[in-house]
Parts: sequence; structure tokens; C-alpha cells
Amino acid sequence: MNNQKLAQPELADVHIEAEGDDLSRSEVILKGALAVGAVYGAMSVAPFVSRALAMSEGGDIGILNFALTLEYLESTFYKEAKTRAKASGDLKSLIDLVARDEDEHVGALTETIKKLGGKPVAEPKFDFPYRGTAGFLKLAQTFEDTGVSAYNGAAPQIKSKEVLGAAGSIVQVEARHAAAIRLQNKQEPSPEAFDPSLDEAKVLKAVEPFIQ
Amino acid sequence: MAVRKEANALSRVAKDPVSRRKFIALGGGSAAAAFLVACGSDSSSTTTTAASSAAGGDAVIAEKFGKGDVGILNYALTLEYLETAFYADVVKSGLFKGSDLATIRKFGSEEAEHVAALTGFVKKLGGKPAPKPKTEFPLKSAKSVLELAGTVENLGAAAYLGQAANIKSPEVLAAALSIHSVEGRHAATLNTLLGESITPDGAFAVPANAKIVLKSVEPFIVS
Repeated sequence: MNNQKLAQPELADVHIEAEGDDLSRSEVILKGALAVGAVYGAMSVAPFVSRALAMSEGGDIGILNFALTLEYLESTFYKEAKTRAKASGDLKSLIDLVARDEDEHVGALTETIKKLGGKPVAEPKFDFPYRGTAGFLKLAQTFEDTGVSAYNGAAPQIKSKEVLGAAGSIVQVEARHAAAIRLQNKQEPSPEAFDPSLDEAKVLKAVEPFIQ
Repeated sequence: MAVRKEANALSRVAKDPVSRRKFIALGGGSAAAAFLVACGSDSSSTTTTAASSAAGGDAVIAEKFGKGDVGILNYALTLEYLETAFYADVVKSGLFKGSDLATIRKFGSEEAEHVAALTGFVKKLGGKPAPKPKTEFPLKSAKSVLELAGTVENLGAAAYLGQAANIKSPEVLAAALSIHSVEGRHAATLNTLLGESITPDGAFAVPANAKIVLKSVEPFIVS
């Protein structure tokens, strides 16, 4: 949180969803007004803000909340694994690293949803039925590979270039986790030349058994 | 220092009427500020937003490889040709055996599949695929080769990430993303073999613009 250089940072955070590719003239004006307001603190643009917020309940927030649900799952899974996976050595370090990354993803997605004017989904309660290191690794591999496919499937539908860039930056980290977990599992780290993508319905079906 | 960079860019905009106009023209760039702040990245690497990379380090793609998606695909194709040639040379070098050699062969074959897919996409879009560059790599020891492989894969992943937001066609984007995460897997594998962090940028991977990427691979391209 280091946007104190902006006179009115809340204006810089307002995101506007356009219907289709063409922005209406008023939307272009609104965008400009918000940008100026963010830099100069022009109070005169304030009346536009509520309207902009109302417009921002679009697809990107939905996708971000979908991603947040998955990140909650991973974050909880690795937090628990610190004790439940009975790991030592390299695997223990890996679990700590991944737990930290997933936690940061949760934080970033939550903040972004709020800043775009949306409401972050509540953290679900999870139940992970596994025993020991082998059980942990098997489930971890499934979650990481599914996470990669989920982001890859959802990303082309993201409208905002900035949100797309951010999702890309997270999915690459998920892919790195997936490879490292697979190596621990004595599996091919990169099984295919092209990572498959999964649509939201398929991903939710895959993680449903773990959500209470 | 993504966050501070963004703040600096904004304060520069506030002082400079020309970039202020550009900023207003970009408009929606505000969401970038939102996410970059949210990410709170502490990385000292260069972070480029879609807006700044389009204006700066990525102009070289249109110059060298053509405009739009075809240009981006040909840029990616050139990088994939380079990776394929690198792994082929490494296999021939005899520096690796056993499971390391198997990994190198596997990665090499995946890069070759990327070459084929990108070539197909360029043609499908009515473009002319970029030619295969002539390459030369320093293959002195197993350790230095692994280090180079790590550098190349991490750079490749960053290169794809740098272009994701510039791609127009959803189909091309989906293909690029499915390759991007594979490059990320390769990078993490090599980092593991090298005893380095699998996520050197932390929880958020950092993109690289085309200017930086092309400059980095220049030493390996003979013609």
C-alpha cells in the first residue's frame, strides 16, 4: 500500500467495465475524469464515482472471486500441511514457500476485488482427506495442476489488461509450484507441451469434494 | 519495486503535461495501480505494465516481427526456435546422462512442439512465420549449461508473461498461456536442479519486455 502520492487513490482504483469493445463517449470522459481526479484530487469528479462503482460489477470481479476461492483452498491446504504432511528437508521448505505464495495470492486478489469495487467471497471451510507425506503430495499435485488449468481457462475472458497481466503473473507461479511438487512426487514436472485449460464449472466440480 | 515505480510514474505524470495527456488517454491504467499496489511486490526487477510496455520496450516487436498478434507470435517463435536449438545442442554435447539427460530431451521436445504450434498459428492468421535463426551456445560444463538453461527458461516465461496483455485474439492468448505455464514449469525444474528458488520473483512472476529479452538472447544468435 504505497499509493500516498496520489491525491485521491480511491479514484485510481475505480475500474470501469465497458460493454463490448466500444466505450461510449461518456465512459471515456468518465475514465479521463477519474484519472485526473486520482492525480490531482479534483473533488468535482466525486459524483461520478458511485456510478463507476455500480458499473464495475462485471466479469473480471467474478473471475477474480473464482480465483480467490481456489487460492483460499491452496492457502489452507498448505498451512495445514506444515504439520499434517509430516515433511522434512526440501519438501518442508517447499511447503513453507508455497504456503507463503498462496497466502500472498489471497491477499492480492482480495485487495484487488475491493479496489475494483467488488465484494470478495467469504473464505470457505475446507476438508482435506489425506494421510502423511504421500497423501499430501498426491493431493498437492492435483491442486497445483488444476490451479494452472483454471487460470489458463479463465484468463482469456478477462477484460482488463491489468487484471490479465496480474493473473498471468500468478499462474506462472502456480506452474512453478506444480513442477516442484511433481518433482517431489517423482513425476514428470512438465508432462505436456501445452498445459490444458479447464473451464470454471469443471474446476469447481474438481474442488467441490474439499469444500464443506 | 513495482509499487514505488508506479507511484513515481504517477508523480511524473502529474508534473509533465505531455505524459499527463498520455495517461488520460490510457484511462483504464488505473486498475494497474490497483493490482500492483495489492501485489506489494518487493522485487527489484523491472516491472512493466501493459501500458508502459506497449509504449516502450515492446515497440521492437512491430519493428522486427510485424504488427499485432502475428508479430507477437513470430517473436515467441524466434524464442522457441532458440530454446529448441539449445536443447538439441546440449543433448549432442554429451555433458548429461541419466535423468538429467531425460529431462533435457523432454524439454527440448516440448519446445519443438511450441515451434510447430506457433508456426501453425502464424500461418492461420495469414502471416509469414519468422525464419529459424542460426544459433551458437557456449557448452563448456554441465554446470554452466544448466545455469544457461535456467536463464533461458526463466527469461522465456517472463517474455510470454510480458506479451499476454498485448495479444488481441482470445485463441492466440489461450495458446500463449498454455505455453507460458509450461515455460514456468521448465524454469522451476531447472531452478530446482540448480538449487535455486523455484519462484525467484516471489509470489508474483515478473514480466520482461521484448527489448530486454531480445538483448539477452542476442549473444546466442549468429544470424
